[in-house]
Amino acid sequence: MPLIVLKDIRKSYTMGDGKIEILHGINLSIDKGEFVALMGPSGSGKSTMMNILGCLDKPTAGTYILDGEDTGNLTDSQLARIRNRKIGFVFQSFNLLPKTSALENVELPLIYAGIPNPERRLRAMEALKLVGLHDRMYHEPTQLSGGQQQRVAIARGIVNRAPILMADEPTGNLDSKTTAEIMELFVKLNQELGITIILVTHEPDVATYANRIIYLKDGHIINDVRAQKA
Amino acid sequence: MITFAEMFKIAVLALYRNKMRSMLTTLGIVIGVAAVIAAFAIGAGANKSIDEQIAAFGSNSIIVFPDRAARSLGGTARHLTLDDAAAIEREVSGIEAVAPAINLTATVIYGNANWSTRVVGSNSEYVAVQDWEIAQGTGLHDGHVRQAAKVAVIGQTVAEKMFLGEDTIGKSVRINKVPFTVIGVFAPKGQNLMGSDQDDFVLVPLTTAQKRLVRWQTPDRISMIFIKGVSMDALHYIQHQTEVLLRERHKIRPGEPDDFAVRNITQILEARRKTTMIMSMLLGSIAFISLVVGGIGIMNIMLVSVTERTREIGIRMAVGADAKDIRLQFLLEALILSLVGGVIGIGLGVFAGFSLSSFTQAPPIFTVEAILLAFAFSAMVGIGFGYYPAYKASRLNPIEALKYE
Repeated sequence: MPLIVLKDIRKSYTMGDGKIEILHGINLSIDKGEFVALMGPSGSGKSTMMNILGCLDKPTAGTYILDGEDTGNLTDSQLARIRNRKIGFVFQSFNLLPKTSALENVELPLIYAGIPNPERRLRAMEALKLVGLHDRMYHEPTQLSGGQQQRVAIARGIVNRAPILMADEPTGNLDSKTTAEIMELFVKLNQELGITIILVTHEPDVATYANRIIYLKDGHIINDVRAQKA
Repeated sequence: MITFAEMFKIAVLALYRNKMRSMLTTLGIVIGVAAVIAAFAIGAGANKSIDEQIAAFGSNSIIVFPDRAARSLGGTARHLTLDDAAAIEREVSGIEAVAPAINLTATVIYGNANWSTRVVGSNSEYVAVQDWEIAQGTGLHDGHVRQAAKVAVIGQTVAEKMFLGEDTIGKSVRINKVPFTVIGVFAPKGQNLMGSDQDDFVLVPLTTAQKRLVRWQTPDRISMIFIKGVSMDALHYIQHQTEVLLRERHKIRPGEPDDFAVRNITQILEARRKTTMIMSMLLGSIAFISLVVGGIGIMNIMLVSVTERTREIGIRMAVGADAKDIRLQFLLEALILSLVGGVIGIGLGVFAGFSLSSFTQAPPIFTVEAILLAFAFSAMVGIGFGYYPAYKASRLNPIEALKYE
């Protein structure tokens, strides 16, 4: 059974008098363990799709089944729970809490999951070790480089053992060397832990790390390519 | 689900990260609560001091004395006499006791010690009329007055100054060179409403004072008359009757001023209590307003904080916080600010109450109720003014919040 199933997903916004439809009936299914890159020019609807996949936004029409559960009937509070348990987020601008140590940032999802210490702390340390930041645990975001901050964000995304990690332009603020390091980390998480990764990017180089590339344009999927990786 | 303890920790940490702002916000509540506490305590203290003054003067008590102002106008002023006192006792209703009195200043000598003090000559009713209590020995008996006995009951201050803690009963003192035997000592009363020491006096029989100490030309003359009414309500009536009776006895024609004055000090003090109450209510409402202003300060800062921390709210929502969690966090932050402010304010209020009480000359009274009330009120301010910003935070759209710069 696929992890994610989208059936005729539509999203429209009212703007003044008119109504603008951003997504015109998306059908898509993603299996567990896939590494998907979502590509397309700006205005193609990839960010909107990302928000719907991440349960941050609800579609106007259509069905979204996540891990066997229809998300259409869920309340905002239940969606928050889904985000907490099943989805990790990585953003272009890292989005770490300021004046808060790396360790405490990583602990955040576990706090909302109600996991008490010392388990919480141990799991956060473990996640930081996994992204190679075990020697920077007590540093605050301002004391870390961009790449390091993004590693903290990735650790936060996987700490709750969520099956899905969503990354929205995760390398947009990074130089090419660091970009390569971060992308290799994604590959490692995908291959070693079987985490399903959905990556939004407009950089073809970055998309090549994925094993499936979906092209969006004007709210339609125009191409869906599975890479044949050795 | 997230536990309350975790939520509390998050709120405290958030406040700690903005130390300066948190402190300044709290200051508004600190000042408000301190003002409320101090105003209540000073009001309660002033009220109690008036109660004490009423008790010290003698409850339900009226005093009659010659009005020198009227006499200097050349009227046919007469002294108050023993007959006046007797007539009041006989003819005015609602009276419990009457004590005519002679007042003079005299030097009391015991051994090498001498002390200038007020000497009162009165009858056996004086103690009851003026609500005195005997600490040692006895008071005056009718027999003492009848025989013009050379006995004295002395006030606490006189006992301390003259005898320095020695046993006083049975000792002989000289008042204006006349030897008296001390038969009793009064229990202390402290200061009266003019601030003078009421315990600095000696009581002797009226007859003895007349014959031995003053030797006035009118043998019957007295300085004042103390009247004790049966109740507070009777005082006004007694006052009126006494005035009518004395005008008649002193043959004052209609239109001429009284040559005496009848004063009900309890009423004067009650009026003063009313003034004090109005003052403390006024103070209290100003304090209350400053507490509300403090609350608005909290709301203001929390609103700024919500806007400033929009991205933080977005992050929290993305990793699994729901609207309820966000609302509780910001509500807790406001509540903690106001409660911490409340506690510090109570401390500061107690300090301010004592400092300011030196102006009112009445020690402030801090009741547990007033402190609990101030505390509960600051909590209410926190919740009341913290709710809207918290609600606003919880209504943020996580997508918008995450994009917020």
